[in-house]
Amino acid sequence: MKVGVVTFPGSLDDRDALRAVRAVGAEPVSLWHGDADLKGVDAVILPGGFSYGDYLRCGAIARFAPVMDALVPAAQGGLPVLGICNGFQVLCESHLLPGALIRNDHRKFNCVDQRLVVENASTAWTSDFEAGQEITIVLKNGEGGYVADEATLDRLEGEGQVVFRYAASNPNGSYRDIAGVTNERGNVVGLMPHPEHCIEDGYGPSLDGLPFFTSVLRQAVSA
Amino acid sequence: MGHVVIDVMLKPEILDPQGQAVGGALPRLGFEQFTDVRQGKRFVLTVDGDVTDAHLAAARDAAEKLLSNPVIEDVVSVRAAGADEDPDQ
Repeated sequence: MKVGVVTFPGSLDDRDALRAVRAVGAEPVSLWHGDADLKGVDAVILPGGFSYGDYLRCGAIARFAPVMDALVPAAQGGLPVLGICNGFQVLCESHLLPGALIRNDHRKFNCVDQRLVVENASTAWTSDFEAGQEITIVLKNGEGGYVADEATLDRLEGEGQVVFRYAASNPNGSYRDIAGVTNERGNVVGLMPHPEHCIEDGYGPSLDGLPFFTSVLRQAVSA
Repeated sequence: MGHVVIDVMLKPEILDPQGQAVGGALPRLGFEQFTDVRQGKRFVLTVDGDVTDAHLAAARDAAEKLLSNPVIEDVVSVRAAGADEDPDQ
């Protein structure tokens, strides 16, 4: 199985995402923002970082990169896509996921080992978790406050599209403690915490990032 | 050379941490009379010649597609800068 990781100008965690893909036995493929070509991959990760310097709004300029012209219709067609941190912001700006991310309510950059509750264990990226499971994943962002209007939030909760919720404390003012969401189909997932930093002993607080990558691998094998 | 001026503000119901930070600094400078601050964005687009209705229509389109995110922001005005107005000032 081939998993692509897109590098935008200002991407930071693309190498770690490629490493996480390799760690679970899949083939990592580097994708370039300027190419409208997904190189035949079976899934795509949009990594963390500060694409285009976070100018205008986080993810707003990356959303119009040539690679997105290929990615948006593929995602709408069912291709598994995971957006991590800045990648989540890009997915929201692309309207592949509902809502938006704004500056943390306390106005500080946050860097913590964050406890999360897995709310939805049936997406392409979370099937190796159990619903209700509590995990710890590192979180690092300045603009991670998830917002949407009340009707959208109600719909997300009603349809099971809230995938992760912050546990113990809300680190950034996200509405309803939402840390990650999915689209209706469950193939596109975005979250602010960084699973790719939690896949190896000695690095990060847990190995709770691994199931993200094994989940999508399992999906490809069974498909 | 004409200019189109576009103003974008966060929707009223969206928290504005930057505005709050500015609002918190004002009393320290003796400005006690302001009860709230909201911070927005202004874009100035330059065209050759005078601003036409077609320029304004294109600017409105750009404002909706790129310059603002309708989930969190409102485009509050799209207008041609006056002939005696320097939009960079």
